[in-house]
Amino acid sequence: MNMTTHPQSNEPAKSTATDTRRAWMAVLAKAPTDALVRAWGAMSGKPAYRHLRRPETGLVMVRGRAGGTGQRFNLGEMTVSRCAVALENGIVGHGYVAGRDHRKAELAAIFDALLQDSDRRAEVEALVTRPLSEAQAARKAERRRKAAATRVEFLTMVRDR
Amino acid sequence: MYVAVKGGERAIENAHRLLAEERRGDPAVPELTLAQIDQQLAHAVDRVMTEGSLYDRELAALAVKQARGDLIEAIFLLRAYRTTLPRFGASEPVDTGEMVVRRRISATFKDIPGGQVLGPTFDYTHRLLDFTLAAEGAPVAAAEEAEQSVAAMPRVTDILGRDGLFEAETAEDDAPVGDVTRDPLEFPADRDLRLQVLARGDEGFLLALGYSTQRGYGNNHPFAGEIRLGEVDVEFVPEELGFPVELGEVTVTECQMVNQFKGSATMPPQFTRGYGLTFGHCERKAMSMALVDRALRARELGEEAAAPAQDEEFVLAHADNVQATGFVEHLKLPHYVDFQAELVMVRAMRDAAEQDNSRKVAAE
Repeated sequence: MNMTTHPQSNEPAKSTATDTRRAWMAVLAKAPTDALVRAWGAMSGKPAYRHLRRPETGLVMVRGRAGGTGQRFNLGEMTVSRCAVALENGIVGHGYVAGRDHRKAELAAIFDALLQDSDRRAEVEALVTRPLSEAQAARKAERRRKAAATRVEFLTMVRDR
Repeated sequence: MYVAVKGGERAIENAHRLLAEERRGDPAVPELTLAQIDQQLAHAVDRVMTEGSLYDRELAALAVKQARGDLIEAIFLLRAYRTTLPRFGASEPVDTGEMVVRRRISATFKDIPGGQVLGPTFDYTHRLLDFTLAAEGAPVAAAEEAEQSVAAMPRVTDILGRDGLFEAETAEDDAPVGDVTRDPLEFPADRDLRLQVLARGDEGFLLALGYSTQRGYGNNHPFAGEIRLGEVDVEFVPEELGFPVELGEVTVTECQMVNQFKGSATMPPQFTRGYGLTFGHCERKAMSMALVDRALRARELGEEAAAPAQDEEFVLAHADNVQATGFVEHLKLPHYVDFQAELVMVRAMRDAAEQDNSRKVAAE
C-alpha cells in the first residue's frame, strides 16, 4: 500500500490503493498455477522472502441471497488456500486463492508483496498481472460470444386474431 | 440398537481389494483421469459439489472415480473430506446479478433486457441416442457472435419487481446466518436454514416434492421467472486485510420461480417467489429447490400447509441423502445381537399364543 504518492488526502488515497490492490489480487487468484510458476521463473532479481503464514488449505462458506437480493444463506463451502510472506524491505503480501494449491497461494502472496513495492510494480505488472488480466478478459469475452450465438427470439403464436 | 461386532478383518480387507480391482475394471481399457471426469462428466461433478456442499471440481471428480459413479457415495466422500479442513470464514454473498451469463431464460417474459440466451442446454434436443459419440471424433466448434450489448444482464425479478407486482426480497444483514453444519436443525426453521438444507438436499427427493406441488399437493401455480447459469466471483474479507478479496469464480445455477398469490391480511395480491441456487450446472435441482422453497413458505404467507412439500419438518429432515443413506444402509451391518433379542421375544409371544389357543380349544 503505497500511501506516499498521495500525501494530500489520506482517505480517498487509501481506498484507491485498496481498489488497485484488490484488482491485482483478483487477477492472481484467477490465474492458472502454471502461469504464475512460469512468470516467477522468468523473473530476474527474485526477492528474498520469509513466510508469515505458511501455505495452508481451508474452507470458506459461500453465501447466497434468497431471490438474489434478500436474506443471506449458506450455499456450501469451497476450498481456499492462503499464504502470507514478508519481503526483506518489510512489505507484506497475502495470497487468498480458490483451490488446494499451496504453491499458487505462495506465489500470489509474493507477487502481491512485489506489486506493493513502487520500485518493482511496473516490472511485475508487465510480466505477470497485465498478461494474465488480458487472458482472463479474453476468456470471458469468448464465453460471452458463444452464449450470444444462442440468443433466441421466441414468437408467440396467437390464434383467432 | 446396534451392538458392535469383532472379527472379519481379513475378509473385509480382501473385500476392499476386490472392490479396488473391480473399480479399475479391465486393465486393457484405459483408466479415467480426473480431468476427463471433470470435463466430460461435468454434470456428475456439479451434482457432487452441490450436494456434497463443497466447491472443488478436482475433489468431486476424484470422489466420482472412487465411488465408481455412485453419486451419493461420492457426495458422502466429499462431505467426509470437508470435516478435515479448518474454516477460514464465510464469503460475502455472491451477486448473481453480476454473473457472466452463459445461459439465461425466462418462461414468463419474452422480451427481457439482455435477451433469452439458451446456452449449453439439453432443451430442444430430440433425446435420440447419438451414435457419433460412440465413435471418437471432435464436435463442431461452438458458434460465436460478437455481442450487440455487453451490459450485465439484470435479473428478471429485479426488473419486474419495480412495479410492486412481485414480492420484494430485501436484505436483512443484521440477522445472523444459520448454519446446519454447525448447529442442529430446529423447527420451525427460518428461510436461511431451509435454503441451506435444500441446496445440500437430494436432487431426486426435491424433484419428486416439486413435482407433487405441480400435481396439486400444495399447488402454488409456478412459472419459471428466470433460470440463469454462469460464473460469479466469490469475495472474502480476511481479518488481517479488512477488505474483500476475490478468491476466484464459481459456476452457479439460479432459478427464480414466480407464483400466483391471492394476498393476505398484510400483503396485497401479487406474485410471490421461490428460490433455487446450486453450484455448477444443476438446473433440475435449482428448479426443484425453488418449487420446494416456495411450498415451505406456506406458514410465512398464511397459507394452509397440508401437503407433504409444505411440511417443513418432513421435507427438511429427509432431504439430506447422506443422512438418509446412512440410516437406510446401516441395516446391512450385523444386527445379530439385536435380532437375537427379537427372536427370543417372538418365540415367547408364539408360545403364549399357542397356550392361549389350546386353552380356548380345551374350554370348548
